[in-house]
Amino acid sequence: MKTAVIVFPGSNCDRDIAVALEAVTGVKPAMVWHGDTSLPDGLGFVAVPGGFSYGDYLRCGAIAARSPIMRSVVEAADKGLPVFGVCNGFQVLAEAGLLPGALMRNESLHFVCRDVKLTVADTDSAFTRLYDADETVTFPVAHHDGNYFADAETLDRLEGDGRVAFRYAERVNGSARNIAGVLNARGNVLGMMPHPERRIEAAHGGDDGRRLFEGLLETVGA
Amino acid sequence: MKLRIFVTLKPGVLDPQGRAIHHALGGLGFAGVEDVRAGKLIEMEVADATDDAQIDAMCRQLLANTVIENYRVERA
Repeated sequence: MKTAVIVFPGSNCDRDIAVALEAVTGVKPAMVWHGDTSLPDGLGFVAVPGGFSYGDYLRCGAIAARSPIMRSVVEAADKGLPVFGVCNGFQVLAEAGLLPGALMRNESLHFVCRDVKLTVADTDSAFTRLYDADETVTFPVAHHDGNYFADAETLDRLEGDGRVAFRYAERVNGSARNIAGVLNARGNVLGMMPHPERRIEAAHGGDDGRRLFEGLLETVGA
Repeated sequence: MKLRIFVTLKPGVLDPQGRAIHHALGGLGFAGVEDVRAGKLIEMEVADATDDAQIDAMCRQLLANTVIENYRVERA
């Protein structure tokens, strides 16, 4: 499967996710610069990595979401291409309007950097299909602004439609209803604060994250 | 034309930063502070011909995230 990783000034998990994608797909992903205006042809999947794009100026992900390449990412997502945003990538996808809600400063005001337990809340999506319903997985988090906010009506809709992919199994950042990751209505865009790409082999302390990428590979086809 | 754009969190949206400021003011001994909300002030210099619709578009498309924030424009 041909994949791409979007690189913004200030991205710092772009290499982590590139390594994870290569390990699972066997193919080095294309690294696509934020100033590019189009994605490579024949992609099976696009990743928007973690980091501090544009120094988190204005709001986390706000400037990156308006960069030239994001117009192509939004268009591709609208056509059904799987797009995965992790950490800052989640913030970028929310700011770009691909996902509902917003990521706010952690309620503790502290940067949270540790392993957290998550519950897999939906197993129908291409991203989560290889997990068991209500399975507990452990992924690292490293963020200052992961406090998920959406109005009550939106939260009810997300829960009712099975669009909450992951929930924190513990209090991490103040997120509404402990939401750690959400899907778009079509199910081809996932944003989450925790880092599955940092949990893909035993040397990482576990490989809970690997199935997320393997599920995608199975869905999209090699 | 000078613009001052105030971006503030919507009522009901938790403001941990405002809460920390509130707490710190209490620590300094200032009594009677009932609530603190922190926001942003963005100052801009724009062409005099810039109309309200353009200013509003700038606020909606970039300066404020209307999921969580309100904005108010002041022309100087």
